[in-house]
Amino acid sequence: MPAPDVTVNGQSRPLTGMPAHTTALDFLRGLGLTGAKEGCAEGECGACAVLVARPDGEGRSRWTAINACLVPALALDGQEVVTAEGLGGPGDLHPVQHEMAVRGGSQCGYCTPGFVCSMAAEYYRPDRAPTAEPTAEHGPNGFDLHAVGGNLCRCTGYRPIRDAAWALGPPDPADPLAGRATAPAPTVRTTRADGFARPADLEEALALLAEHPDATVVAGCTDWGVEANLLGRRAAYVVAVDRLPELRGLTVDDETVEIGAALTLSEAESALAGAVPLLDEVWPQFASRLIRNGATLGGNLATASPIGDLPPALLALDATLVLASAAGRREVALTDFWTGYRTTVLGPGELVVAVRLPARQPDVVAFQKVAKRRYDDISGVAVAVALHLADDHVITRARIGLGGVAATPVRARATEAALEGREWSAATVAAAADVLRGEGTPMDDHRASAAYRTAMLGNALPRLWAEREVVEVAR
Amino acid sequence: MSDLSRRPDGAVVGEVLPHESADLHVTGHALYTDDLVHRTRDVLHAHPVQAPHTHARVAAIRHDAALSVPGVVRVLTGDDVPGVNDAGVKHDEPLFPDEVMFHGHAVCWVLGETLEAARLGAAAVEVEYEPLPAVVGVRDAIAQGSFQGGHPSVARGDVEASLAGAAHVFSGETEMAGQEHFYLETQCALAHVDEAGQVFVQSSTQHPSETQEVVAHVLGRASHAVTVQCLRMGGGFGGKEMQPHGFAAVAALGAVLTGRPVRVRLTRQQDMTMTGKRHGVLAQWRAGFDDEGHLLALDATLTSDGGWSLDLSEPVLARALCHVDNAYWIPDVRLHGRIARTHQASSTAFRGFGGPQGMLVVEDVLGRCAPALGLDPAELRRRNFYAEGQETPYGQPVRHPDRLAAAWEQLAASAGLDERRAEIASYNREHEHTKRALAVTPAKFGISFNFTAFNQAGALVHVYKDGSVLVNHGGTEMGQGLHTKMLQVAATALGVPLARVRLAPTRTDKVPNTSATAASSSADLNGAAVKHACEQIRARLVEVDGGRGLAWEELVRQAYFARVQLWAAGFYRTEGLRWDVALMRGHPFKYFAYGVAAAEVEVDGFTGAHRTRRVDIVHDVGDSLSPLVDLGQIEGGFVQGAGWLTLEDLRWDDSDGAGRGRLLTHAASTYKLPSFSELPEEMHVSLLEHAHEDGAVYGSKAVGEPPLMLAFAVREALRAAAAAFGPDGAGVALAAPATPEAVYWAIEAARAGRGDPGLVTGLPGLVPDQPAPDDPPLHPRSAQAVAEVPAEVRA
Repeated sequence: MPAPDVTVNGQSRPLTGMPAHTTALDFLRGLGLTGAKEGCAEGECGACAVLVARPDGEGRSRWTAINACLVPALALDGQEVVTAEGLGGPGDLHPVQHEMAVRGGSQCGYCTPGFVCSMAAEYYRPDRAPTAEPTAEHGPNGFDLHAVGGNLCRCTGYRPIRDAAWALGPPDPADPLAGRATAPAPTVRTTRADGFARPADLEEALALLAEHPDATVVAGCTDWGVEANLLGRRAAYVVAVDRLPELRGLTVDDETVEIGAALTLSEAESALAGAVPLLDEVWPQFASRLIRNGATLGGNLATASPIGDLPPALLALDATLVLASAAGRREVALTDFWTGYRTTVLGPGELVVAVRLPARQPDVVAFQKVAKRRYDDISGVAVAVALHLADDHVITRARIGLGGVAATPVRARATEAALEGREWSAATVAAAADVLRGEGTPMDDHRASAAYRTAMLGNALPRLWAEREVVEVAR
Repeated sequence: MSDLSRRPDGAVVGEVLPHESADLHVTGHALYTDDLVHRTRDVLHAHPVQAPHTHARVAAIRHDAALSVPGVVRVLTGDDVPGVNDAGVKHDEPLFPDEVMFHGHAVCWVLGETLEAARLGAAAVEVEYEPLPAVVGVRDAIAQGSFQGGHPSVARGDVEASLAGAAHVFSGETEMAGQEHFYLETQCALAHVDEAGQVFVQSSTQHPSETQEVVAHVLGRASHAVTVQCLRMGGGFGGKEMQPHGFAAVAALGAVLTGRPVRVRLTRQQDMTMTGKRHGVLAQWRAGFDDEGHLLALDATLTSDGGWSLDLSEPVLARALCHVDNAYWIPDVRLHGRIARTHQASSTAFRGFGGPQGMLVVEDVLGRCAPALGLDPAELRRRNFYAEGQETPYGQPVRHPDRLAAAWEQLAASAGLDERRAEIASYNREHEHTKRALAVTPAKFGISFNFTAFNQAGALVHVYKDGSVLVNHGGTEMGQGLHTKMLQVAATALGVPLARVRLAPTRTDKVPNTSATAASSSADLNGAAVKHACEQIRARLVEVDGGRGLAWEELVRQAYFARVQLWAAGFYRTEGLRWDVALMRGHPFKYFAYGVAAAEVEVDGFTGAHRTRRVDIVHDVGDSLSPLVDLGQIEGGFVQGAGWLTLEDLRWDDSDGAGRGRLLTHAASTYKLPSFSELPEEMHVSLLEHAHEDGAVYGSKAVGEPPLMLAFAVREALRAAAAAFGPDGAGVALAAPATPEAVYWAIEAARAGRGDPGLVTGLPGLVPDQPAPDDPPLHPRSAQAVAEVPAEVRA
């Protein structure tokens, strides 16, 4: 096993002697690279964004922007990282840097290298193509502004950054990073360091967990990284499961959609390719692209947050989880997975391996997230609705998942009962809305008042009904 | 046209240029204070011990356990201070307090070989606290009579008589939240001691001279023994005007005591819990109108939440009172101000410096009264604009009020307001669940420090033998493009290409006694000082040239051999300013900056969620020094103002539980500033034409703060959109910030036909609190200085 190292801007850098809690950001800054900066240390501002070469699933590499403040440096063992400095220097600006500079995209400049990295990832996105029909979020060059949704700027007001993004042409074929993307991503390396391990496969991972019952399991580190940075939590032993091949599959057959627990949300979104419409409503509202490039499905469920965005959706989709430990495998319904605030049925040494969904998709789906900010915010209330209709008008099966209104994500079972067997009509919606208004036990906090949460529950179905009408009119 | 404002042919000012550091920014090569740590050997890292109480006496600090943590080098406490234990200039904010005044107050600091060691050491310090009752929030302070500082008043005419004779009288309250600066770079300082015992502090500070003064008094040394340098800041917005001093002092104290460089860099949570924010304000008011909607009288009391110490609360309040009029002529006025003392981080400067709070009062008054008067709010506003010959309530003639009208008309035409109003009306008729609305608001903002003495600046310009030019000036760069403008000014004044001029970092040993880079006036002040220095050099060179028309390099070479001084110090003080701080009367501003904005919003009736569809702005920057920089300031200021008014939501625990007084939104995950999703879909900004300003450098105007207040248009549009869910013509009250939840409740109130229950019609109404006869007038630190100035100079 080689000593851990990482390629930074084309140069190999040793990772020896690194504590498990040292972030990639601190490691890079310790090399004297000043481009990546700490703005919040919790993946909210993007000032630390850097590029990593990730496998694209088709034998090539995808330049992927991630928050360096959340990832342990050791998790980069064997990987290739590019920072703003690696894209270009003064006098030799990368096209992204050039557009940002000349259009007034930087004022104080502190967030700028992070923006540049997020923009570069989108610049190199292989399926980015000019469009004749730009939208508020997609430029004429196909640039998706969600790529920079996880980067905060306090100076510019964003308009010049948008203009810079939308002015970008295609990469020059001679561009070395574009060339690099046509070759395979670095292979996954098995890592053993002091207090940190990246096992080769599931069997080894389960053995390690059995051996280290106090180990912290990490994948994208978008939750644990925050705890380590903000609360000073230190893990006795870290086991990284994000590259375990057994946790990274995705299969769709007539019966079941199975999504590997260690797929990042971005990977799952891409691989599902619209197969689960409800999830397509969730993705853009789930944190930011930077976070979705790191966060995994399994992590989002196992952290057992009462306000996660995937749990309500997966509850509405009747998800089950495949769990594995050294003792064997089992499958549990998602409704039975959480046992209380931040607790689950996961036993010692047990991992979430995959999420299973019935292949038959509901006829009506909606994901409503109510938060202060339109994107990249934590929900005050999240409501996921999935309805199966017979003959287009009788509700045969209703599933509603709720976040933010109880100690765990919950199903709105009384409301489901008020819908099932009824006609899909304004009257049914009105009656069920009153039931939904009474579900859960909403609280007052800094995100929302209990009264507002209750009101939002009550409005969820009428809103769905009204938006459905708008869509039908538009057709 | 004045000499100061005349622009030569071929001037470099006025050219469209990117930020002078843009290439460094985008490549990650631009250095900020914390980037210097890697380049410095043997740095110690400092970590605060933050109190878990909102108000408590510190009975004892035991740090033996901390010293036994591996890597911990020293614990800094009040006993270590050789000079004055104060982080400010008013002797009311001890650097090491023996009384905890807010949740998270740092009682001592731990120095470690690594930040991890310092953090663990801080956790091991045992502090004994005796908890005390706390005042949380401005209403709690009013109830408990907890105030600090002076009680300024601005008054003109007879408000009581005017209200008694007014056709329409309304009264109400307007409460607005504060705002976290959220500069992307948190507070940071790096100090070391040189071989001669001089202290050198690199600080992310908007006010290097004051940082130097505070470090000097903490260390018990003279100012000449302390040098402060600021390379650049990753944003300031007023949050680095006073706040950096204490952190710089901790770093300097640690460096002096250990002989090693010491770094203080706050985490985001430390920064949010320990440093000051924009003042929240509660205003009580009565307003009288005639039958045509002309404002006749305004009687208001503004109570600002000053937090635990005075900091800049008095000058912020003074500016607030001087901006309640905004763009409007109000014949009879009585404005009182007072500062609540609460157990929260001390409120401080924030872009606009009280101006936004003062102006929001009158905009809220007009926005709420318009429906009750049966007038379109835009028409009500337009009808009350200042006219030539009228004075502000504090006695300053309003020069160029026609520019407001001109901007208003220009905007109405360019933004197609009439057509869009018709489109919106038809959209709203057809849509039950979403409503749109458009609002137009003006802004008038006074430029100059209210406190006259701060309106001075210095510069030091060197021309080297090879013809290259190095410029030092007293202003700091925080992203606002000041350095870009100063390079353009120097190139213009010397008549050389921009490429010949370089700018050196801001240092107190180059230009002394500088004012804070604040009040939007740094380009005015430092620009005039740079110009003054360059003109001295230019005059000498003209003499050397003797009409021969030598090329620059040759001219400089010959001047050197002729023993002509090739460098000069420049100085500028703004002429014509007068301000009586006790009477709150005079001519405090050199001029006013004007702007007008129109915003169109769409509101979702199910959730209150909203988005800004389109923004149009016409803003007066005089003859722009640097149009791309000014555009950036206008757009950025607008979005920051919109964040304050519609999104950013500071919440403290105001329960009676154990956490009372704790800031609940103390991280980027809980405090949300605008992101890409809040960018208006369309944004059209134009600069007011024919806007030469005779009183400022090269005819330009200040631009840093005024555009922030253009964001009132967004709030007023949200008010109108919420009202559109109710019966026609009904008003609606809207909280500030107008978060989705706040807008939702406004919609619900509108639907229920009780849009603005807080608006009281007729006399006596809600009578604003009046100060007691023996309350002290305003007495900022400046008052003391003013008292020492001979009366003839003050006049």
